[in-house]
Amino acid sequence: MSNRVINILVPIISIIIGLIVGAIVMIVSGYDPVQGYSALWTGIFGDSYSIGNTIRQITPYLLAGLAVAFAFRTGLFNIGVEGQLILGWLAAAWVGYAFDLPKIIHLPLALLAAAAAGAFWAFIAGFLKAKFKVHEVIATIMLNYTALYIANAVIKKLSDGGFKTERVHESASLRSPFLRELTDNSSLHYGIIVALLMVMVMWFILEKTTRGYELKAVGFNKHAADYAGMSVNKNIILAMTISGMFAGLGGAMEALGTFQNASIKPGFTGIGFDGIAVALLGANTPLGVVFGASLFGSLKYGALNMPNAAGIPEEIVSIIIALIIFCVASGYIIRVALQKLRKKKEGQ
Amino acid sequence: MSFLEMLYFIIPSAIFFATPLIFTAIGGVFSERSGVVNIGLEGLMVVGAFVGIYVNLEFASTFGAATIWVAMLAAVIAGGIFSLFHAVASISFRADQTVSGVAINLLGLAVTVFLVKMIYGKGQTDMITQPITRFAIPYLKDIPFFGPLLFRDVYSTSILAFAVAIGAWFIIYKTPFGLRLRAVGEHPMAADTMGVNVNRMRYIAVVISGALGGLGGAVYAQSITSDFSHATIAGQGFMAIAAMIFGKWHPIGALGAALFFGVAQTLSVAGSTIPYVQDIPAVYLQILPYVLTILALAGFIGKANAPKASGQPYIKGKR
Repeated sequence: MSNRVINILVPIISIIIGLIVGAIVMIVSGYDPVQGYSALWTGIFGDSYSIGNTIRQITPYLLAGLAVAFAFRTGLFNIGVEGQLILGWLAAAWVGYAFDLPKIIHLPLALLAAAAAGAFWAFIAGFLKAKFKVHEVIATIMLNYTALYIANAVIKKLSDGGFKTERVHESASLRSPFLRELTDNSSLHYGIIVALLMVMVMWFILEKTTRGYELKAVGFNKHAADYAGMSVNKNIILAMTISGMFAGLGGAMEALGTFQNASIKPGFTGIGFDGIAVALLGANTPLGVVFGASLFGSLKYGALNMPNAAGIPEEIVSIIIALIIFCVASGYIIRVALQKLRKKKEGQ
Repeated sequence: MSFLEMLYFIIPSAIFFATPLIFTAIGGVFSERSGVVNIGLEGLMVVGAFVGIYVNLEFASTFGAATIWVAMLAAVIAGGIFSLFHAVASISFRADQTVSGVAINLLGLAVTVFLVKMIYGKGQTDMITQPITRFAIPYLKDIPFFGPLLFRDVYSTSILAFAVAIGAWFIIYKTPFGLRLRAVGEHPMAADTMGVNVNRMRYIAVVISGALGGLGGAVYAQSITSDFSHATIAGQGFMAIAAMIFGKWHPIGALGAALFFGVAQTLSVAGSTIPYVQDIPAVYLQILPYVLTILALAGFIGKANAPKASGQPYIKGKR
């Protein structure tokens, strides 16, 4: 077994373990796993409406996954996608309703605002890391809560004490009557195109530009990169900023596509943390992120069908996702097991 | 409201809000001192909160006023067991500690809400009948100034929290066990050469952090929310991490930081009734703990340095 095969096998084995343990949990709790998983399946692929909404759910996961993956490639752990996404959400919603512009300017402007908001929030963490050696995990966690409370306060102010902003104008909306009709009135919107475009942007930056090469070099070995004359600090700040841009766009998907406004949140959306799962499963590659986002987005949306169709709480899917993360993160032990298996085969 | 009345209101309330943070933050101190980052404190608090509320609801009629202690004990055990996920993944399986912690948070919330829906058929439990209540300490409460300030509205859990903080300080700084714990977190290889079992120390530390995190969650749920739902613990675990860092990875420091954050929480919740404070928008008080933590890390408020080996799995024979 080559390393490449093992790298692909680890996530697949993790998914299988997650699903099996999920089934065991269902059996132990007195539910029928066959019924549960078929309800999950119908929830994802049952009809064109479900498929449309599943793709809609995958959209922000793609961008959150890209954000985490991009930072990881540069050796940074951006656990602050959640906060960057919330601010991107707010910025997109505000630009979406506060201006009256033709669609060709308005929509890109709203997206840009979201990207800028997310990028700025991540920049703070990058700057703190580069200048003051503040570990980015802690800085971004703290910035998450700061972002949540600031966004809530701003929304309250913008709506004169209400709990949500005005609806974004048609000219800034990602919604599309065509996609809606195609999918039986689901809330599928054009955001998926933006997200897939960003997948290509990440691939292009990392694989086709000098800057991307530098970013990766810093991620591999910052001392070697430094010795080769690359500015480690500049690359750390840049990597965080680009990562935050992806996260901010993830927020724009919710603001301009799914919800059409920004509302006060009692807690986190969870998309940012699930983005960590997406990136991890996708081994931090653009294509892997597409795979991871598709899996987790589908599971998350399909789960909503489980209480009605099978009487099983939808949280079972979150349990499965958490287990998959544990398994992928513990890839070391899976690798050891696979190598032992290989040695046994060779011995025969 | 006079200044004195204000003080008599803010200080007891700050201690009340700080209590769960103190337990959890000190749990974090144990884990991080041994070199294991524990982002999963939030999830461990969630587990503790659920177990605390569950035991309280089910056994209130059996144990009466002692229910809260039984519930807290159950939460301590549950938190300790649940933290084994984190311990096994990040110590034995060499998983990224932050990733494993994030998974603990997801798993803790998912499992508990799943159980609530399974047991109660709805997303939220009923209110408990035996919450943690306050009392006045006889004699001490009559001391002028300090009586009303510290001894009139006392929660037994707050006294326990102070005791745990002092106990943790003693264990970490005054016992051989504590010395080994710190050694393992600063320089595991050196500790290993001196015959300290690095992985065993780390397992113990993570389980202690789980137990204290569970305790913090149970105290929070039984004193502040009185029921359990997905939103019961919303950021308390992360705030405890902030308190741990702001307290510079020291039990007494964490205690002080938690108390300070308790003041901020009191002011953000009840600020509208307090003169001067009512002019400050609540959002500033809400973000204060997090911003201060960042500033502390950046070195503006005394340098906060993490234990050196924190975040890295120990691999024998690797330099």
